[in-house]
Amino acid sequence: MTDAKILVPKKSDPLKTVYRIVNYGGLALLLVWGFLGIPYKGVMKTAEGTIHALVRGFLNPDLLYLGNMTIDGLPYAILETIAIAIAGTFVSAVISIPFALLASQNIVGPRVSKVGKFIVTMIRTFPELILALIFIGVVGPGAPAGILALGIHSIGMLGKLFSEAIESMDMGVKEALESCGANPFEVLFRAVLPQVSPELISYTLYRFEINMRAASTLGLVGAGGIGAPLIFAIRNRAWPRAAIIIIVLVVTVTIIDAISGRIRKKIV
Amino acid sequence: MERLIVPRPNHLRRNLIILTVVFLVVGSGWFAGFDFVQIFRNFIKGGRLLRRMFLPPAWSYAPKVVTPLIETLRMALVGTFWGALTALPVAVFAANNFIRNPYVNKPLRFILNIFRTIPAMVLASLFVAVFGTGPFSGVLALSVFTFGLISKLTYESIEAIDYGQVEALMSLGATKVNVLRYAILPQILPQFMSYTMYGFEVNVRAAAVLGYVGAGGIGQTFEHNLAWREFDKVGVIIVISFFVVLVIDLVSSRIRRSLV
Amino acid sequence: MIQFQNVSKVYPNGTKALNDVNLEIKEGEFVAIIGLSGAGKSTMLRLINQLIDATSGSVLVDGVDVTKAKGKKLREVRRQIGMIFQGFNIVKRASVLTNVLSGRVGYHPSWKTVLGIFPEEDKQIAYRALQRVDILEKVHSRASDLSGGQQQRVAIARALAQEPKLMLADEPVASLDPITTVQVMDYLKKINREDGITTVANLHHVDLALKYATRVVGVREGRLVYDMPIKGIDKPRFFKDLEKVYGRPIEHDDVLEEV
Repeated sequence: MTDAKILVPKKSDPLKTVYRIVNYGGLALLLVWGFLGIPYKGVMKTAEGTIHALVRGFLNPDLLYLGNMTIDGLPYAILETIAIAIAGTFVSAVISIPFALLASQNIVGPRVSKVGKFIVTMIRTFPELILALIFIGVVGPGAPAGILALGIHSIGMLGKLFSEAIESMDMGVKEALESCGANPFEVLFRAVLPQVSPELISYTLYRFEINMRAASTLGLVGAGGIGAPLIFAIRNRAWPRAAIIIIVLVVTVTIIDAISGRIRKKIV
Repeated sequence: MERLIVPRPNHLRRNLIILTVVFLVVGSGWFAGFDFVQIFRNFIKGGRLLRRMFLPPAWSYAPKVVTPLIETLRMALVGTFWGALTALPVAVFAANNFIRNPYVNKPLRFILNIFRTIPAMVLASLFVAVFGTGPFSGVLALSVFTFGLISKLTYESIEAIDYGQVEALMSLGATKVNVLRYAILPQILPQFMSYTMYGFEVNVRAAAVLGYVGAGGIGQTFEHNLAWREFDKVGVIIVISFFVVLVIDLVSSRIRRSLV
Repeated sequence: MIQFQNVSKVYPNGTKALNDVNLEIKEGEFVAIIGLSGAGKSTMLRLINQLIDATSGSVLVDGVDVTKAKGKKLREVRRQIGMIFQGFNIVKRASVLTNVLSGRVGYHPSWKTVLGIFPEEDKQIAYRALQRVDILEKVHSRASDLSGGQQQRVAIARALAQEPKLMLADEPVASLDPITTVQVMDYLKKINREDGITTVANLHHVDLALKYATRVVGVREGRLVYDMPIKGIDKPRFFKDLEKVYGRPIEHDDVLEEV
């Protein structure tokens, strides 16, 4: 083993170093700027009291509300939430397919797909809450507005996911069908859709899981479901009621997630 | 020639599934009071509202929108930061191929799941009830929400790494910390950064609406104007927010693509 | 140097991978372990540095019972054992230097290595290791930019950086083309001869075993069925003997060159 020291040139890429400084430095500055904008209003003295009340509320949840089987009760509200999510997601899934096709480069070509992608992105950018409010203005408050809001928003989300699935599929089957003289519709229904349907179903179920959460939120602006009672309970500091709603909500969503997850595993 | 008899294919299962789904969907719609006719009629009415909002939006109000929007962006930044920061160590412990202790993994994943199940709005209103209105509550809500979001994605990607590199390091006498630093983190860091950016995208949208329950940002302005039925101002808020979110999405997608 | 004493390994699914194996490997030997896939070769190798636990029996390395070692003791044993793998197992996103330096982590406290603080001497050890495998010029390159053979050499350099007493190689050349295979095996042999590092290698191709090893051990269904020093054994005789190990005549797939 030689004792002479080996000299190795230092890795020097000045451009890369500058790049790094700009990136990390910029990020740090951005974060500092962000922090500066948030006033840390000394936590209200009442905060402690509220937290105590909150915890107490969770320890004796409002079980009467849980057992109330009328239209004012918890079970009805949860069911309504689930209904909104189901109706909003699955109808949207079907409607998203043409949108997705329009956004897929390997189906309609680069130019049309750019337009399609643009439309889908436009739809995606609208937060569900805004859509819900708009629809409430249009069809009145209640669950139907929620369904429409979720449905339209999901077209944006599913449209993007679907088109990604379509663009990454194996073109072989499509080519095979085209080469034997099938017209575009036949190619669509007998080659493209069957091939991507497991992914589409998986994405739809995934979207359903998310929509369950969204549906519970939309209620707060009046689009039906568990959202309204929940927000009222919180605003009025009726902690036992808020607690039972949150508990039931978490349980419901978890169960639905589990079922959906099972199905999705089986499909792929 | 003899006729070939082929048994008919059994589509029973598939048809049952389709039937169930249709039944569920239609049933849901009915349960929710979805009445096509009513909706159609109301669309005409609704058109009026939309016109008030967007034709034209109150452009003169636009400058007043800037400050709350900036507050929204700041909320999203800080919330994403805290959420991502806390998500990483927790994800490391929740992954079942690093700390292989089900008594640690399972409870952790269970808790993470609860965080993911509570909608951001609910969190926001809870925090507002405890800490008062304003962006502070919003940041807390976003942090918790982001924490839940990123931790799951991260532990899933930890479980998907090339385990060989971990094995090599273990075989030469590295401690668990070393394995983390040299074999695991290099593999997941780009994905983690990508998830963080994705979290930021989601948070900008979320921050915009959290204000509706009083948690700061443009949402509060929105709620305020809506309550006062100043629809044209509402319109301009929607339009501007829309563009900001669009731009952020585009930039973020670009960055995320160059990361992975 | 290495002693297997009545070692057995049964996997949770019931597979009996090793059945009462006894083996002694002396310092400086170059032992090739051959046998069919699934015969127990990988298991044997991984028992030496406790990547796998033995169900019964002991494995002693330099007097230390590896099967019972834990925590710090185990790490001390492991840092003396270098291992290279079929899949190379280097960190693709990191530089070659970082990869080789990580061979030194067993010698320093965790907090230093996590921060990437290695003494200058370690860097020299790393450079020398890279020089041994003739790849020093790639020191700052990203590992993923290198070819398969080069990556395996980086892996060897990493093992060398440990300043090991023992080198384990689990099918080190199975993923490489014939020319690179010879190159890598040459390096292993060179290190074994020049540094006196005991080397144990799992090999798929029996002619490689004949060419490079000083001793060949054959495993079949968890038992040692062949154990001979290689000195002037001619090929045909060797292949005939190995039918014992494989349970059938040596085939085209078992050798690198044409039979």
